[in-house]
Amino acid sequence: MADYIVDARAIHKHFGALHVLKGVDLSVAERELVFVIGPSGSGKSTLLRCLNRLEEPSSGSVVVDGIDMLDPRTDINHARQRIGMVFQSFNLYPHMTALGNVTLALRKVAGKSRAEADALGRAALERVGLADRANHTPGQLSGGQQQRVAIARSIALEPRVMLFDEPTSALDPELVGSVLEVMRSLRESGMTMIVVSHEMGFARNAADRVVFMDDGLIVEQGPPAAIFESPTQDRTRAFIGQIQRH
Amino acid sequence: MLFRTAGVPPAHDHERARRPRSAAMSAWDRFTETFFNGKVMLKYLPDILSGVVVTIELALLIVVSGLLAGLVLALLRSLAVRPINWLIIFVVDLFRSLPPLVIIVLIYFGGPAADISPSGFVSTWLSLALVLMAFSEEIFWAGITSVHKGQWEAARSTGLSFGQALLAVVLPQALRLTVPPLTNRTIAITKGTALGTVVAVTEILGEASSAMSNSYNPSPLMMGAAAYLVLFLPVVVAARWIETRFAWKR
Ligand SMILES: Nc1ncnc2c1ncn2[C@@H]1O[C@H](COP(=O)(O)OP(=O)(O)O)[C@@H](O)[C@H]1O
Ligand SMILES: [Mg+2]
Repeated sequence: MADYIVDARAIHKHFGALHVLKGVDLSVAERELVFVIGPSGSGKSTLLRCLNRLEEPSSGSVVVDGIDMLDPRTDINHARQRIGMVFQSFNLYPHMTALGNVTLALRKVAGKSRAEADALGRAALERVGLADRANHTPGQLSGGQQQRVAIARSIALEPRVMLFDEPTSALDPELVGSVLEVMRSLRESGMTMIVVSHEMGFARNAADRVVFMDDGLIVEQGPPAAIFESPTQDRTRAFIGQIQRH
Repeated sequence: MLFRTAGVPPAHDHERARRPRSAAMSAWDRFTETFFNGKVMLKYLPDILSGVVVTIELALLIVVSGLLAGLVLALLRSLAVRPINWLIIFVVDLFRSLPPLVIIVLIYFGGPAADISPSGFVSTWLSLALVLMAFSEEIFWAGITSVHKGQWEAARSTGLSFGQALLAVVLPQALRLTVPPLTNRTIAITKGTALGTVVAVTEILGEASSAMSNSYNPSPLMMGAAAYLVLFLPVVVAARWIETRFAWKR
């Protein structure tokens, strides 16, 4: 167990009568990059959100960096600082500058002074190549830049794991590259990452493992080459065929 | 009767008969003498001014306490505790449906039955503050719920507590959306200070109407109207400025 930085076991999630996750196990080693693919509605986002408890699993266990995320005694706000999350729709705070976005949690949760937070925030913006955009508001940034600020907002807290939920799906095609570039450099710095995305090219040359989900279950998983070229399950084959035709 | 100018008291009829050639002129004179009588105005100016002071005091108290109470209720409501929310919704709907005048009268005349005797001033303040609280709670609440769910999620995922997310991320965005409807509603309810006359509050309208009955002349009422304009026109203009200033820029 100590080998895994994320260890989720037998996760079930019900939304009323809807059974969305039907017993998912997902263990991720330190420095591993796990790609999660699957049809829309298969439960990928819900699974990610169960890992930082934005969604309360109906049953199962989630341990991240040794912390039992579902234990009511766990200081969840403290634990969440170790788990960065990047959303499809960026979710930047529109009333703050890029630097304000990045430093908010540093000041409010990590307890940094404004000067410390600003220095860390600028360093994080530097890492995503946006040092010169610190004083711009989200409305003044392109989608790709906004998503990179969102990544900076997470990495400024020095998380142990980063969760990406379709980080490039809302972007114009020409802006996807800059975001993937940042993700690649994060990977090279040794960040553990769980990525829900259909960027197959990125998966092929960056992922250690690809997990295929369908209907609330992990159907098949393995190295990218195995999953993409020689899937063993019909459902995986059908899905891979579909997205490659696009 | 047919020749009589509307609004001119009949007592002046014989004067008009004596000066037939300047009929138009004297109708104007009589109009100004009736509605803008300098002597009457000068005499009652101090009364009107003291009414202005009372109206300003009342208005400020209503705006500050009403908006504050409305905001507190909206924040409480966002905690999503069922019984508390039912209570809030009940109170808000109650004060949004009762006419303000009815609330003022209930508090003023009903208070003594409960062993408290609120003054007219306190009754009016309390009533209008409760009405503003009710309307502003709904507006604040609509603002809070209109902020995209992703804003909460981003904030919470970086470790902000519910309260921190609410105050630092959601509320500032909600307030921007609420400024235009809030200023309109605040102005409308604050003008209701005139209802205080019914419970003997000596605000502008109260002073003006008692001056009018003492002088048998409507000039004080004109002064009262002017006082309302001087007080509220800048507020309305400021509200318009705030509306454009706070228009959502994304
Ligand atoms: N908060 C929610 N309430 C009700 N149903 C939900 C909620 N969130 C997700 N779902 C449902 O759960 C299923 C899985 O959703 P999701 O995890 O977003 O799938 P994916 O990310 O793979 O597209 C869908 O049918 C979706 O409608
Ligand atoms: Mg999804």
